Amino acid sequence: MQAKPLALKILDITAVLLFAVGAYMALVYAPTEAVMGQVQRVFYFHVATAWVALLGFIAAGVTGVIYLVTKNMKWDIVEVAAVEISLVFFFITIVLGSIWARPIWNTWWTWDPRLTTAAVTELIYIAYFMLRQGIEDPDRRARFGAVYTLVGAVSAPITFFAIRLFRTIHPVVIGSPSAEAQGGFSMTADMRTAFFFNLFAFTVIFVSFFWNRIRMGQMQARVEQLKLKVMQ
Amino acid sequence: MSDRPVTANSKRLSTVQDPPSANFARAVWAVVQKDLAAEFRSRELLSAMLVFAILVILIFNFALELDIKVRQSVTAGVLWTTFAFAGTLGLNRSMAVEKDRGCLDGLLLAPVDRAAIYFGKVISNLAFMMIVEAIVLPVYSFLYNINLFDPGLLLVILLGSIGYTAVGTLLASMAVQARTRDVLLPILLFPVAIPVLLASVKASGGFLSGAELTEIMPSLNLLIVYDVIFLSLAFMVFDSVVEE
Amino acid sequence: MIETRKLVKRFGMKAVLRGVDFRVEQGEFVALLGPNGAGKTTFLRILASLSRPSLGEVKVAGHSLPHQAAAVRARLGVVSHLPLLYGDLTAEENLQFYARMYNIPNYAPRITEVLQMVGLENRRRDLVRTFSRGMQQRLAIGRAVLHDPEVVLFDEPYTGLDQDASAMLDEVLRSVAARGRTVVMTSHDLARAEDLATRFDILSRGVIAASASRADLGKQNLLSFYKQALAG
Repeated sequence: MQAKPLALKILDITAVLLFAVGAYMALVYAPTEAVMGQVQRVFYFHVATAWVALLGFIAAGVTGVIYLVTKNMKWDIVEVAAVEISLVFFFITIVLGSIWARPIWNTWWTWDPRLTTAAVTELIYIAYFMLRQGIEDPDRRARFGAVYTLVGAVSAPITFFAIRLFRTIHPVVIGSPSAEAQGGFSMTADMRTAFFFNLFAFTVIFVSFFWNRIRMGQMQARVEQLKLKVMQ
Repeated sequence: MSDRPVTANSKRLSTVQDPPSANFARAVWAVVQKDLAAEFRSRELLSAMLVFAILVILIFNFALELDIKVRQSVTAGVLWTTFAFAGTLGLNRSMAVEKDRGCLDGLLLAPVDRAAIYFGKVISNLAFMMIVEAIVLPVYSFLYNINLFDPGLLLVILLGSIGYTAVGTLLASMAVQARTRDVLLPILLFPVAIPVLLASVKASGGFLSGAELTEIMPSLNLLIVYDVIFLSLAFMVFDSVVEE
Repeated sequence: MIETRKLVKRFGMKAVLRGVDFRVEQGEFVALLGPNGAGKTTFLRILASLSRPSLGEVKVAGHSLPHQAAAVRARLGVVSHLPLLYGDLTAEENLQFYARMYNIPNYAPRITEVLQMVGLENRRRDLVRTFSRGMQQRLAIGRAVLHDPEVVLFDEPYTGLDQDASAMLDEVLRSVAARGRTVVMTSHDLARAEDLATRFDILSRGVIAASASRADLGKQNLLSFYKQALAG
């Protein structure tokens, strides 16, 4: 078993440090927002995790296409890694969003395009794993997984537009349909620094997670291989 | 017992060369005809879809207390929920028939483009869905005394059903090859079919309430975009779903 | 007519075929024997263009797989242990459907000819689901030779047949082979294979372990040859 590459070790440590600094900037350094108060600080993580989830979503779709073209199993490992990370981060985004929405919108949940699309994407990911679980042959599992991520990657943006369309005739219960309209605010310079720093920090965290997860996938494949060797 | 001898010089049966497009169309049509002939004989799939659709409407009737006021606003939603549920039933069954006796292998062994098999199945699944819709609409009209015969609504139903079966046929051909195939299709299909269902409900509701066409156009456009995108996507990836 | 070189097929990490070198001349009837799990069905599915080889060359009827699959498919008939027939169609309708898929012009006389050959002419208008297992299997053979293929592959054609049905199938198989066609058949049933085939190849642990023509076999019986090959 090859040791963890040095670059990955450095990346892991950097990610942890960046996360600590990012948390400091979001929770202490950034000024308290005048209208919303402390709960606004959730925003820094909320957007950063959503960004990471989106990165994972795009990575999954792209690797799905690459797999279908090359039929190389290593892209399947990358795809699973991307879907898993995106699944977790979308979930965190939704939870953080709800924590913020409860005092600001006075509700945990609203059927806003962004929220709904995030939730639907989570359902697509869950369906993805259920599909994979039902198939024994690894090649077929990889092919079907790639096809389904592709279908999901195409349908999620259309879902976003469809809900926007739908909302325009429905009575809007809480203020206006978009987040900016209620609970929006303009960022001060310090806030902007904290915001962009967190965006950067979470991008590094994403890369670190992604790399580690791909490595884990490769090790799992290696274990399978060794198991077969022993059995023969 | 007679069978023609194979010799080096014997004229082969399949020597007629047609342009590829004619071959493609013939294969699509052969699949459609085969499905319709089998279904009109057994009527297993259509009767299951129909009975299920009527039951869904019955349940909605009591769950939503469909009185006149409520009816106006929820008719489109009730109809599309019914079509979607009945549709998954039909899609699953139609692909399971291919898988069970190895017929899918039989189709794949034929020297035709795989996309022809896909389009053949889409057309027959669409036909089944439209037949069910053609029966459910008058039944609903009769039960609730609502006139549903609006050409606009029929267009929406056509466009929505095309999108639904386009993506449904692709996903059903994956689902029937999985161990958990009985439960898998709706889980795979519903999250990615949300745009088509939303746009269909919105457009149907618009036509039923006599809204301006400009108000309905965005939904119709979205339906057309969805249909085109998913038909072409499935056209490109269907090979990967059926071939090993 | 059929040639494979260093054919390898893996499912995920597991290698089912590990370098199969196999050659069949025109007009040969080869019985492919071997224990369960030796990879007979996988091998036949690759020859039938239903499965892609992981490595190695495959040539059937002068065309290589998987790139010239369409050309191979037009010259190939396959009978598997599943009937590949639609239960809700009549025998005739099933053949009509496949005739159209294979683009056979004026197929009506050919269908009659094939139904006569497999002895189902008076059941042509009956639904296939009312057929016994043996009748379904004979119709499946009719379906496979409908387009007059140069190469016919049989995968365990005797599965689930009783003595009478097997005897009838023997006759049909003989008439299929007697016309100069190239036939490959997998089977467990050594006695039946011994009667029909002109050559016996034994597939064991993913390779051809032994091969002998009827002449080579001489007085030695097939069973002892088979046991010897598996032991060695």
